[in-house]
Amino acid sequence: MTQQMDLLRFTTAGSVDDGKSTLIGRLLYDSKSIFEDQMDAVETASRNRGDEEVDLALLTDGLRAEREQKITIDVAYRYFATPRRKFIIADTPGHIQYTRNMVTGASTAELAIILIDARKGVLTQSKRHGFLATLLRIPHLVVAINKMDLVDYSERVYEEVMDEYGAFIAKLDAQNVTYIPISALLGDNVVEKGANMDWYDGPTLLHHLETVNVGASVNHVDFRYPVQYVIRPNQDFRGYAGQVASGRVAVGEDVVVLPSGLESKIEGVVTADGGLEMANIGESVVLTLEDEIDISRGDMIVRKRNLPQKSNRVDATICWMSDEPLKVRQAYWVQHTTRQVKGFVSELNYKIDVDTMHRSAATTLGLNEIGRIQLTTTQPLYYDRYQINRVTGSFILIDPATNSTVAAGMIRGKSREVEDLLLDEAGDESGRPKSTNVVWEQEGISLAAREERHGHGAAVLWFTGLSGSGKSTVAKKLEQVLFGMGVSTMFLDGDNLRHGLNGDLGFSGADRQENIRRAAEVARLGYAHGHIVLASFISPFAADRRAARGLLPEGRFLEVYVKCDLEVVKRRDPKGLYAKALAGEIDNFTGISAPYEEPEGAELVVETDLESPDEIVARIVGRLRDVGILGGGE
Amino acid sequence: MHYQHLKLLEAESIYLIREVAAQFERPFLLFSGGKDSIIMAHLARKAFFPGKIPFTLLHVDTGHNFPETIAFRDALMAELGARLEVRYVQDSIDQGRVVEETGPYASRNGLQTVTLLDALAEFKVDAALGGARRDEEKARAKERFFSHRDEFGQWDPKNQRPELWNLYNGRHKPNEHFRVFPISNWTELDVWQYIQMEEIELPSLYFSHEREIIERDGVLLGASDVVYPVGDEVVKRQVVRFRTIGDMTCTGAVLSRAKTIDDIVEEVASARVTERGARADDKRSEAAMEDRKKQGYF
Ligand SMILES: Nc1nc2c(ncn2[C@@H]2O[C@H](COP(=O)(O)OP(=O)(O)O)[C@@H](O)[C@H]2O)c(=O)[nH]1
Repeated sequence: MTQQMDLLRFTTAGSVDDGKSTLIGRLLYDSKSIFEDQMDAVETASRNRGDEEVDLALLTDGLRAEREQKITIDVAYRYFATPRRKFIIADTPGHIQYTRNMVTGASTAELAIILIDARKGVLTQSKRHGFLATLLRIPHLVVAINKMDLVDYSERVYEEVMDEYGAFIAKLDAQNVTYIPISALLGDNVVEKGANMDWYDGPTLLHHLETVNVGASVNHVDFRYPVQYVIRPNQDFRGYAGQVASGRVAVGEDVVVLPSGLESKIEGVVTADGGLEMANIGESVVLTLEDEIDISRGDMIVRKRNLPQKSNRVDATICWMSDEPLKVRQAYWVQHTTRQVKGFVSELNYKIDVDTMHRSAATTLGLNEIGRIQLTTTQPLYYDRYQINRVTGSFILIDPATNSTVAAGMIRGKSREVEDLLLDEAGDESGRPKSTNVVWEQEGISLAAREERHGHGAAVLWFTGLSGSGKSTVAKKLEQVLFGMGVSTMFLDGDNLRHGLNGDLGFSGADRQENIRRAAEVARLGYAHGHIVLASFISPFAADRRAARGLLPEGRFLEVYVKCDLEVVKRRDPKGLYAKALAGEIDNFTGISAPYEEPEGAELVVETDLESPDEIVARIVGRLRDVGILGGGE
Repeated sequence: MHYQHLKLLEAESIYLIREVAAQFERPFLLFSGGKDSIIMAHLARKAFFPGKIPFTLLHVDTGHNFPETIAFRDALMAELGARLEVRYVQDSIDQGRVVEETGPYASRNGLQTVTLLDALAEFKVDAALGGARRDEEKARAKERFFSHRDEFGQWDPKNQRPELWNLYNGRHKPNEHFRVFPISNWTELDVWQYIQMEEIELPSLYFSHEREIIERDGVLLGASDVVYPVGDEVVKRQVVRFRTIGDMTCTGAVLSRAKTIDDIVEEVASARVTERGARADDKRSEAAMEDRKKQGYF
């Protein structure tokens, strides 16, 4: 008996008669999850209806109304297991009028099976399913090309579907797409390969389901702990019950409680099975803190150096789920993690046609419609973008009059002004990243595997300091030394980014902030790929540097303050910029006409007017050894 | 024995149980004495550890319970230090709230609904936690974790609230209540493996034993005051165990030699009949379960 059996939640969507129910019936039947009495009941029901053959689809059609109309109208959950995995299927109907059901099924899924009838090829519906799956950020898509038996098991048909669907899905931000030719009715490539498609050398559907990487969509980096319930059996014990939404935390770590901002340390991770050293993503535990702090349901415990975003105006994509249309500027309850706050949709920017992905102006959203909104809440939300965190980035809206759940929402970020929205490029509606998100486990190659290959840990060294302070000199020199040691490095500075990626940005406060945000996202990508990233930016504002730090796990972001006396840099003035700034030819010049906020709590402070570059580089290498990023330390 | 998927299911169930404690004012845990409600009690204990379970347990006693069930229940409550309320179908009959079926095939299973709804009203319960699972029956496959009931305790399958991510909307009007099913995603095998992993104690009925049995319509019923032979039925001594424990009049046994949890896990893993297949009441009509659910039965 396998003890390492894990769990995969997946969703299936298909148009009527694509063979979805048959496929599920087959997966259940071939994996021996159908019992004799269920099979008998299905046979009886088929016979009562006058069908000639046993309809495997009846195994999965639950409610009477649906049985009468012969279509699935809600989300139904099915279970089966193989020795490797337990599977939970959210079986959803595929029609456009069931968009909300598909969204519901997709919200917890890690994989989506999109069924395409080989005879019909890619239909509008197939595209809609792909769009919704990427919108909800399901990390794995499987395009199952069904009824291959009816097209003579033709490889050409398979390839045509693959090309057409591939071209479509490339425009979205889909993550991993696998194409499998099957016959649900006869079983080819569902559980067994069968003898009819020798030309196909990929996995069978079940094999793929059994081996696909689970947990790919979860965020292993940012510790977020929404408090569910306070446990206080007596005066001496006060614990905070919750489920770790993302990341993890260890006993002794510094944490902050939001919204109060009060700080403490994790004292214990309490469970009925005994205390733990660490609380990991997905675990339901009780945390205790070293200090007596007033904490209640809806508060969030996070790491001191990895904070979520905070705003009472967020930009979001919502799917409307109620017969009553959306009323702009009317109050709804916003349920976000374990909090409920009042809020309203302050703007409806547009709605999206789920079939064409076309945007159009709208004054309301009706049942099953998807739109982009600005949501204003009475109290700020502490959130992450849905793209990087499906738990802290999602919310529902509840109608206070009926208590119904009327919308599902995915946070895209802080609200921006209307002008910004108009500048948006078309086609990013799937939540196409403005920057990318991959610090957590990626499909295929994990960070750990990359680090092992490189022979060192991944990290970001963030050099901040005045223009001319010597940041880039130090960073480049350090890079050479590290490179010589066989380290996989990456170098970023204001110049190389402003030439291309950040070419659209100037030096206003907002542009500077965006410049640093992008730089930090690029650094994070480099980190995710196992490099030691040397990022050299003036980055004068503490808040921007803090945001950059927040993108990385504790201990992997090292801030290096390259300090140099302002008078010295003015004299050095390698690019002649200070002279121009002093002459008033350059606005917003840090140190002259714009502030530089000195770092507090930088991991390293180096002083280029007092130490030589070689000494500084040696000191930084020593530090990298001490903290274990480079081998050969303590 | 450690199963990764069971730890995930456990964490999900504990999350749901805590949501109920946090979102409702007078939640109750419905306790039938069967293994699913024993697991629910076990999970509730874990959810609030080191505190006590912050809600009352409610048992609707049909009067046709196996004596083993009641003894086990009382011992478990003492161990958990939990509050228990019992309401009797007999009282509903005496008060004329329900009319008892008569004849040898009479079952009180359907009558429970009235006693249950009366008890929920009496205690002003706004959330009733139950141990039902979606794999038990087709009609349950679309059941929500948080299942809304109107002021008559009825379920409207066409008008269920969507459930997204792990956001559960328990808002309700006065007089409405919710049924909450934290172990919805568990299968029968998961339950048994969990019992094995957690070393949970169960009533002896679940283990193979010798008992007087009457076979009726292919269902093996335990002979008792309320189940006696009719026509050419005979009472036979057989070695059986029960896969579910409910009303004696409709809970079927299976022939089994499984004496320990390990035996049972193995037996369930290779079973060919669902546990509900051994219940007489589900066989009455194809949509039987759905009808009973609409009326407020679980
Ligand atoms: N020839 C063939 N027929 C199939 C296949 N899969 C499904 N069907 C048939 O297509 C019809 C619709 O299937 P069903 O599973 O009910 O579709 P659903 O509406 O997507 O659930 C039924 O008559 C099935 O028997 C297949 O792989 N090959």
